[in-house]
Amino acid sequence: MTTDELIWRIAGGSGDGIASTSQNFAKALMRSGLDVFTHRHYPSRIRGGHTYTEVRVSADPIRSRGDGYNFLLALGDSFARNPQENAYYGNEEVKPLSENLDDLDDGGVIVYDSGLLDTDDIPDFDQRVEEHGWHVYDIDLRTIAREHGREVMRNTAGVAVTCAIAGIEPEVIKSLMDDTMPEKVFEPNMSVFDDAYGVVTEEYDADAPDISIPSGSHDEEQVLISGSDAIAYGALDEGCRFIAGYPMTPWTEVFTIMSQNLPEVGGISEQVEDEIAAAALAIGASHAGVKAMSGSSGGGFALMSEPLGLAEMTETPVVLIEAMRAGPSTGMPTKTEQGDLEHVLYTSQGDSHRVVFAPADAEEAYRQTRRAFQIAYEYQIPSIVLYDQKNGGELQNVPASVFDEAPNPDLGSVITEAELADAPHDPSGKYNRFQHGVEDNVSPRSIPGQEGGRYLATGNEHMPAGHISESPDNRVNQVNRRMSKMETIRAELDADGGQRNFHHGPADADYGILTFGSQQGTAVEAVDRLNDEGESVKLLGVSELAPYPVEEVTGFIESVNEVLVVEMNASAQFRGLTQKELGRFGDKLSSLLKYNGNPFEPAEIVEGFVTSIVEDGRLPGHETKFVPAAGD
Amino acid sequence: MSAFSAISEDIEHDRNEYTPGVEPQPTWCPGCGDFGVLKALKGAAAELGLSPEEMLVCTGIGCSGKLNSYFESYGFHTIHGRSLPIARAAKLANPGLTVVAAGGDGDGYGIGGNHFSHSARENHDMTYIVFNNEIFGLTKGQTSPTSPKGHKSKTQPHGSAKDPIRPLSQSLTAGASYIARTAAVNPNQAKDIIVEAIEHDGFSHIDFLTQCPTWNKDAKQYVPYIDINDSEDYEFDRTNRAEASEMMYETETVLHEGTVLTGRYYVDEERPSYGQEKRAIGEMPEEPLAERYFDDDHEWDRVYDTFLDRHK
Ligand SMILES: Cc1ncc(C[n+]2csc(CCOP(=O)(O)OP(=O)(O)O)c2C)c(N)n1
Ligand code: SF4
Ligand SMILES: [Mg+2]
Repeated sequence: MTTDELIWRIAGGSGDGIASTSQNFAKALMRSGLDVFTHRHYPSRIRGGHTYTEVRVSADPIRSRGDGYNFLLALGDSFARNPQENAYYGNEEVKPLSENLDDLDDGGVIVYDSGLLDTDDIPDFDQRVEEHGWHVYDIDLRTIAREHGREVMRNTAGVAVTCAIAGIEPEVIKSLMDDTMPEKVFEPNMSVFDDAYGVVTEEYDADAPDISIPSGSHDEEQVLISGSDAIAYGALDEGCRFIAGYPMTPWTEVFTIMSQNLPEVGGISEQVEDEIAAAALAIGASHAGVKAMSGSSGGGFALMSEPLGLAEMTETPVVLIEAMRAGPSTGMPTKTEQGDLEHVLYTSQGDSHRVVFAPADAEEAYRQTRRAFQIAYEYQIPSIVLYDQKNGGELQNVPASVFDEAPNPDLGSVITEAELADAPHDPSGKYNRFQHGVEDNVSPRSIPGQEGGRYLATGNEHMPAGHISESPDNRVNQVNRRMSKMETIRAELDADGGQRNFHHGPADADYGILTFGSQQGTAVEAVDRLNDEGESVKLLGVSELAPYPVEEVTGFIESVNEVLVVEMNASAQFRGLTQKELGRFGDKLSSLLKYNGNPFEPAEIVEGFVTSIVEDGRLPGHETKFVPAAGD
Repeated sequence: MSAFSAISEDIEHDRNEYTPGVEPQPTWCPGCGDFGVLKALKGAAAELGLSPEEMLVCTGIGCSGKLNSYFESYGFHTIHGRSLPIARAAKLANPGLTVVAAGGDGDGYGIGGNHFSHSARENHDMTYIVFNNEIFGLTKGQTSPTSPKGHKSKTQPHGSAKDPIRPLSQSLTAGASYIARTAAVNPNQAKDIIVEAIEHDGFSHIDFLTQCPTWNKDAKQYVPYIDINDSEDYEFDRTNRAEASEMMYETETVLHEGTVLTGRYYVDEERPSYGQEKRAIGEMPEEPLAERYFDDDHEWDRVYDTFLDRHK
C-alpha cells in the first residue's frame, strides 16, 4: 500500500497515557513541517476501558479526521476488567486490538504489544489479516520497556516501532521528548526507543509495507492547539479575568485551562458548589466591573437557565460556554453530539434573547470567543459559545500568528465617574442606568463604587433607575429596547462583510451542503471529494447562530437546487432553526444526521449525499440517517 | 487613583441618606418585621460611615428581597435563592465594596441552601441577613424550611410533618465566622449586630426574626425576647465552638416553645477571610480586579507572549 498520508491510531486503556503520547507524536510531526489533526475516542472511565487517539498527518492542510485509518498501534489495557465467560462488556484486554480492526484500511499496518495481547483471543484474526492484506508486527513492547525503564514506557517503544515502519526520523520524536521530559526519565526512554526501533530494522523487511511518511514544510511557525485551548485564549485576550465553574465533561477542559492560567495574569478562578452558582458568580463579578465567564455542558447549562435570564433582564454582560456531549440527561459523557442547539437558543423563560456562536475549529474558536466578549460587553447581553466534545478536544496545527493580536480589556458600554456627574438621575439620586432613547438602545452601566452611579439591578421589570415597575408603558419601552439590541448586533455582524460564515466550493454549484459548528472541516473534505468525483456541490458552514445570518443563508439556498443539512443530532435541530429563521425552504432542505456518539467521517457525508440526493436511494446501515425534505 | 471614589471617600453620613428621597416607599404590610431590618441597616450604615455608593446590597426574591428597593445604595435584586453567589463574586471582583446579601428563610435556607453552606464554608468577607419569618411571605403564606412542625398552611393543610431546620447550628457547622440572631422588635440590638457583622472580616450570618403578621399569626411578634449576651441565665463563651453550638441548639429548640433568644452566638476573629486565603496562595490579585479595567497604564498580558510557547 502506498499512501500520501498517515492516519495513525494509538489504542490502549484509559489511564495508560494514550492522550499524552499521541499529543507528543502530533507535535513532533508538526514541528517537522507536516500538518496534523487528531481525533480521540475515550470512555467515561478513569482506569481501564478501550481508548484511542488518531493522529492524521499530511503534507497538505487537513481539517478533519480521515476515513478509517492505516496504522494501528495497539497497546495493552493495564486496567482492563478480568475477562469473564459471557461478560456483558466482552473481553476488555484485547479491545485495543480487536475493537479497531473494522476501520483499518486494506493494506494497513498493525503493531501490537505481544507482551500483553494475544491474537488467539480474537476470532478469525489470521484470516482477516490475510483478507485485508494487513502487515502485522507482533513485538513485545512491554518487555523492552521493562528492560530499560518502567512498563509505561511501552508507549515510547510503540512510537519507536511506528517511526521505524513509517520512516519517521527518530530525531523528530527524540528532540521533542528531550524538551518535555526530565533528564532521568528521558534517558531510559531513549534506550527503550532505540531498542524497539532496532527490532524493526533488524527483524523485519524494511520495504514492506510501503507506507512512508510524507515530508512537508510550513511557511510560518505553527502551534498545536485544541478548540478548548482556543476558547480559553480568546477569553484571556479579551481581558477576561474571572471564571466560575463546576466540572463537567467536556467543558472541564476550558475550565481547567482558565484555572491554570488565570493566576499567572492576576485573574481569579472559582470552582463553586453548582452551576447555578457558577453562572451567578460570573454575573456578580461582571456587575462589579470585571470581564467574567462561566460555562458547562448540557446538564450544567440547564442549571444556568435562570441566571442566564437574569443577565438578560439586568443587562449584565456575561459569556457562557456550552460544550455539547451526547444527551439527553447524562447521555454519553465522553461522546460527541450537537444536540444542545435548541437548549442553548431557547432556555430561560420569557422573551429571552442572547447571542450564540458555534465555532468550527480552533481558529474560529479563538476569534469568536473574542467576538462573544466584545458583543456581550458592548451590548450588555449574554453571549454563548457553543462547541462540542469533538472540536473541544481535536488538536490541530494553526499558525502561531493567529494569536498575534492585541489584547482588548475594554469593558464596553460603561460610564465613568466624570460622565456620571452630568448623566440623568431620578429624583432620589439614582442613576438612570436603563434609559430609553439612547444610542443603539444600550444604556451605559455604572459600576458599584462609582460616585453618583447607584442604581438597582433587578430581574423584575424595572424603570430607568431600576425601580421595580409593572407599568404597561414602561414595560413595552423596556422590552422593545432590550429586544432591539439583537437587530443592532445583526447589523454590526453583517457589516463585517456580509459573507461572515464559511463558504467553500464552486460558487455556481448545483447543490449545497449546509452545516454548523464542528462539522465544517469534515464537510469541506467531503465537498472537495464530491467535486473531484464530478458532482457539483458547495458548502456553507454557519458558526453564527444568533442572530442568525438570514440573508447569507437565504442567498446560499436560493443559489442551488437542493440542500443537504449535515448535523450531529437525531432531531435535525439546525435544519429546524434554519427553516424557522428563514420561514421557508421546507421543500428544499433535507438532513443527514449522525448520533451514535462518533463524529462524521468525510466519506459518510460523501456517501450520504450521493445515495440520498443524487441517487434517491437508501443509506445502508444505521450509522447515519437521511431525513428527506418536507413534501419530498 | 481609584476609579471608585465612593469607596475611598471619608465623610460622615446621616442615616437619612439611605432613604430614597422620593418613591418607592416600602410596600410591606403594616406591622411587618421587614421594616425593622431596613431601619437597623440604615442605622448601622450611618454608624459605620459608609457611603451609599460603596455598598452593594444583593437580595433574593420574597418580601424580604425588596430590601434594596427601599435602601439607597447600589443594589442587585437577584433571583430566588441566588443572592449569595452574586454577592460574593462582586466582593472578589472589588474587595473595596461593602457587600451585604439578604433574603428570606425560604430563599436562603431552602432554595439557596447550597449557596448558604458554601458561602459560609468559604468565609467570604460579607454579611448575610436572613429575614426569618418562618414562612413564605410573598407567595402568600406557605410553610418554609423554618416553619415549626405541625404548622398549617394552604400547602400543608394537616400541618407540617417536618422538623424545621436549625439555621444557627447549620451556619456554625458550615463555617460562618460570625453568627448572630436578632429580632425586628429589638432595633438597637439589631443595629449593633449589623455593625459588628459588617466590621467582621469573614462571613457574618444574621438570622433576623421578622414577624409576618399577615401569614404567620402563630409566631406573634417574637416578644418577649432575651438577649443571651446580657442575661445571666445564659453563660457561655461565644468564641468557643462547642459552647456556641450548645447555645444555638437550645435557642432553636425553645423558639417553638415561646422563648425568643437572641444575641451573638459565635465569633471567630482568627480565621482568615476567603479573600485573604486566596491571596495567600497567589490566586487573587492584591489590587482590586475591578480597578484594572479603568487603569489606562495597566499592561495587559497577551496569550501570544505568555502561554503560546507550550504549544510550539
Ligand atoms: C425559582 C423560583 N421558585 C419559586 C419562586 C416563587 N417565590 C417567590 S418568593 C418565594 C418564597 C418567599 O419566601 P421567603 O424566601 O421566606 O421570603 P419572604 O417572602 O418570606 O420574605 C417563592 C417560593 C420564584 N420566584 N422563583
Ligand atoms: S406578607 Fe408578611 S412578610 Fe410579606 S410584607 Fe406582609 S407581613 Fe411582611
Ligand atoms: Mg420567609
